[in-house]
Amino acid sequence: MAEAILTPIEKKPIGFTAGVLAAAGGFAGLFIGTAQGSGLLGILAGAALMAVLAFVAMQVLGEALEKPVRWGLFAVAAVVGYLFNAIPGLIMGGLFGWFFGWFIYWIGMGRYRAHLVPYLTPGQVLWHYSFRVLCGAIFVFLITPIIVVMPLSFNAQDFFTFTPEMLAFDPAGYSLKHYRDFLTNPEWTNAVKNSLMVAPVATLISVSLGTLAAIGLSQSHVPGKRAIMAILISPMIVPLIISATGMYFFYSKIGLVGTYWGIVLAHAVLGIPFVIITVTATLVGFDRSLTRAAANMGANPVTTFFKVQMPLILPGVISGGLFAFITSFDEVVVVLFIGSAELQTLPWQMFTGLREQISPTILAAATILVGISICLLTAVEILRRRSEKMRGMSPG
Amino acid sequence: MTDAATEPDKIAGPTPDNALRAADKAETGPVLAADGTPLKRSLNRALRAQKIRALMLIAPLLLFVLISFIAPIGDMLFRSVENQIVRDTIPRTVAALTDYDAAAGGLPREEVFEAAYYDVFYAAERKEHTRLGSRLNYEQTGASSLFRKSGRGIEDIGEVYQDQFEDLNGDWDEARPWAELMGDPDWIAAQEAWDGNGTMPAFELRSDIAEILPRTAESYRIFARFMQNEEGDSPLEEEPWSVVHTALYQDVSAGDVSGYSGPRADMLQAAAALVASPDFETISFRDGFADIDEDWVEPEVWQTIKTYSPDYTSGYFLNAVDMQKTPEGPMLRDEDERIYGLLFQRTMFMSLVITLSCIMLGYPIAYLLSNLPSSKANLLMILVLLPFWTSLLVRTSAWKVMLQQQGVINDTLVWLGLVADDARLTMINNQFGTIVAMTHILLPFMILPMYSVMSTIPQSYVRAAKSLGATNWTTFWRVYFPQSVPGIGAGSILVFILSIGYYITPEIVGGTSGIFISNRIAYHISSSLNWGLAAALGTILLVVVLVLYWAYDRIVGIDNVKLGG
Repeated sequence: MAEAILTPIEKKPIGFTAGVLAAAGGFAGLFIGTAQGSGLLGILAGAALMAVLAFVAMQVLGEALEKPVRWGLFAVAAVVGYLFNAIPGLIMGGLFGWFFGWFIYWIGMGRYRAHLVPYLTPGQVLWHYSFRVLCGAIFVFLITPIIVVMPLSFNAQDFFTFTPEMLAFDPAGYSLKHYRDFLTNPEWTNAVKNSLMVAPVATLISVSLGTLAAIGLSQSHVPGKRAIMAILISPMIVPLIISATGMYFFYSKIGLVGTYWGIVLAHAVLGIPFVIITVTATLVGFDRSLTRAAANMGANPVTTFFKVQMPLILPGVISGGLFAFITSFDEVVVVLFIGSAELQTLPWQMFTGLREQISPTILAAATILVGISICLLTAVEILRRRSEKMRGMSPG
Repeated sequence: MTDAATEPDKIAGPTPDNALRAADKAETGPVLAADGTPLKRSLNRALRAQKIRALMLIAPLLLFVLISFIAPIGDMLFRSVENQIVRDTIPRTVAALTDYDAAAGGLPREEVFEAAYYDVFYAAERKEHTRLGSRLNYEQTGASSLFRKSGRGIEDIGEVYQDQFEDLNGDWDEARPWAELMGDPDWIAAQEAWDGNGTMPAFELRSDIAEILPRTAESYRIFARFMQNEEGDSPLEEEPWSVVHTALYQDVSAGDVSGYSGPRADMLQAAAALVASPDFETISFRDGFADIDEDWVEPEVWQTIKTYSPDYTSGYFLNAVDMQKTPEGPMLRDEDERIYGLLFQRTMFMSLVITLSCIMLGYPIAYLLSNLPSSKANLLMILVLLPFWTSLLVRTSAWKVMLQQQGVINDTLVWLGLVADDARLTMINNQFGTIVAMTHILLPFMILPMYSVMSTIPQSYVRAAKSLGATNWTTFWRVYFPQSVPGIGAGSILVFILSIGYYITPEIVGGTSGIFISNRIAYHISSSLNWGLAAALGTILLVVVLVLYWAYDRIVGIDNVKLGG
């Protein structure tokens, strides 16, 4: 993915390099300084250290010695970090050393301009990179909560937070006991079993009915299409608490509350909008002349559907099914209302666990669920690309 | 080529050419299809067949959604106005209260107390009085305990009469004599023959008894049927309730029973003589109720019953907007009892803040993604989609782990020395926690629609603006931003709709100050059991959401919703 070099790079004046590095060093020094007691001292020391390093690297040693200088910086910072704060310090120090080694040359050699168009003003360059940093921060916000859960699930203590042993990378601070609990405790295994019993059946119902309806909706002359669409999408829009309330009232009248089929029906309805949306999106690119050709050659409608149309829209159907599956697998509000103690699903178990904060087994469950969602996401992405490719092959 | 068999004009059957010629010849006539029918009708038929086929494909799902989703919602709407419990539980009282003027504030007539005596007695036997008590308790505090107390104390009124009749003749407290007095002889024979299997022969009143002893007959019939249907006991073996004795006293003192000559006539005549004697002790129903609880002789309880006696009420909706029904009409509640207005306001306010934070965080990301080469954009898109695919509970528990006092963020801040160990920030169980967690959870719903709009904006416009001398800011604000507004609109409505109905996340990280209206609805369903109020709150929320949904459909179109890029 190497981009072409758009702008010839040149070595920057040492005043500029030292200045930028001093600012960055001061910023890093602020954090280290406050952690050690004095923020001001940290800023000054960081700025001075970085300015000197930049000067030495640029003016005294020069460009040719880039590799040894960066490795040296990395090693020295790691050792200093280790002396301060054992293993965590080693890692933090190493990271700092690696980053500043790269940063000195990136700034000093003017490499930051390489991939930008030549006519940008310095202000625009600064904005470009500040914008990237801002976006990086937002991505960190998006991803951190999911990442943080994973190491915590290996906690040897029954805490929801990092213990000193964990931070020191002491093997005694880690254990698989929450996973053991998750896999052996009947409360959790039953919950998993119930979820796995409900979700596939609900998915099957919503996919089969939803696909048929999506095919019907994609025909050119459907009376009241907008209204029908609005009704079929409404389970996604109506707040879950309202759906749950209504279902609780209505299903208790017809004796479905607390039964397996009650939950399955409710989850099937909640999954339908996702199936409709994905399958209709796939059908938009479907070439109708293919079915006409099949009919022309003597295939009956059922054969046409299964041999011609189905294989082409299958990626959309499967990703709709995955959406429906995750909806059911992740649904808790309706289950809380119309479920019963014997029919506790995994999300129910997690919800009660979170409310009463019983044990970090929840975090083990969460880590496993993240794993599952990564698999599902990958599957959907692959299907989407496949579908796009297919659409590209068929005209229209 | 044009031999006789294929020459168009020689073929008798329909061909397109023939039809065209025919149409040409009959210049004023309608255009004909190949088979000679007018083209318009033929097209219509084909169109109709197509429509029916499409509808047949949609029908199963539509039916399924209507039954298992729309019907429950309709049921909830119905529950928000339904109020049949009052009339069902105390029908006589409701009927007697029709001419009671609640606004005047006096006590109702003795007949109302009489009706209430019978109603409460039967309701207490069926154990329905506590349900009515809790229903009225939503409107008037204390009604629940009043009804519970009355269910226990209502026996006292009848016992006055029961004891005196019993002292006169022990048979008045026996099952068999009562059954002979009230029951149809055929029924008695059938009941005696009943061997304990199958259904009991249903109790029948003797043909003439209802005319001589109307009240007694009525209450004995209710007693007998109740014994048969609810308890599974034979009325021949169960002594009647004290309410039957009260009815007997009323009948005997009101009418002349000397003409009676059926079974147990002497027993009845003796009772009539006793009632007529000056020593016979009586108690008015009003005094009886006053003995049970002084609250019964205060006007408030009667005003409440009167106000809530119709089958349908706007009371739940009034409660949901902090008002209450009074005899003078709907009034705002006292300042300190108004909670729902505040809750609705807070729900709206927090949803707005969440939507705004999603715009602030989502816009740069969507901009970045739509301006990067697609290979890089797809890679970064995974970082957006992974939270979208991750279980809601996982993300909520993650935020609980991050935000709590001993949580990751506080630990980091303490370690960095930015916050003292004894002054850790309170970031959970308040509005801040809810807003942060929900912004994170709903951010993908903002980014995806924005991204799909922004990736259609051509780069050339921006370059054109710059080459014409616009500054960076002008280019963005006057050229790029207006084109991205539809994306912001779509994302904002979606995020706002999703956030005002949120339940799980506020419940776990919201504490008491960060909860939404949904949490209150759940509380009324599962804890306070005030289902009508829950339904009314739900209906209001539903209306808000549907208005937004309609707007969304208008602006974006529901078939344009995209999932996962």
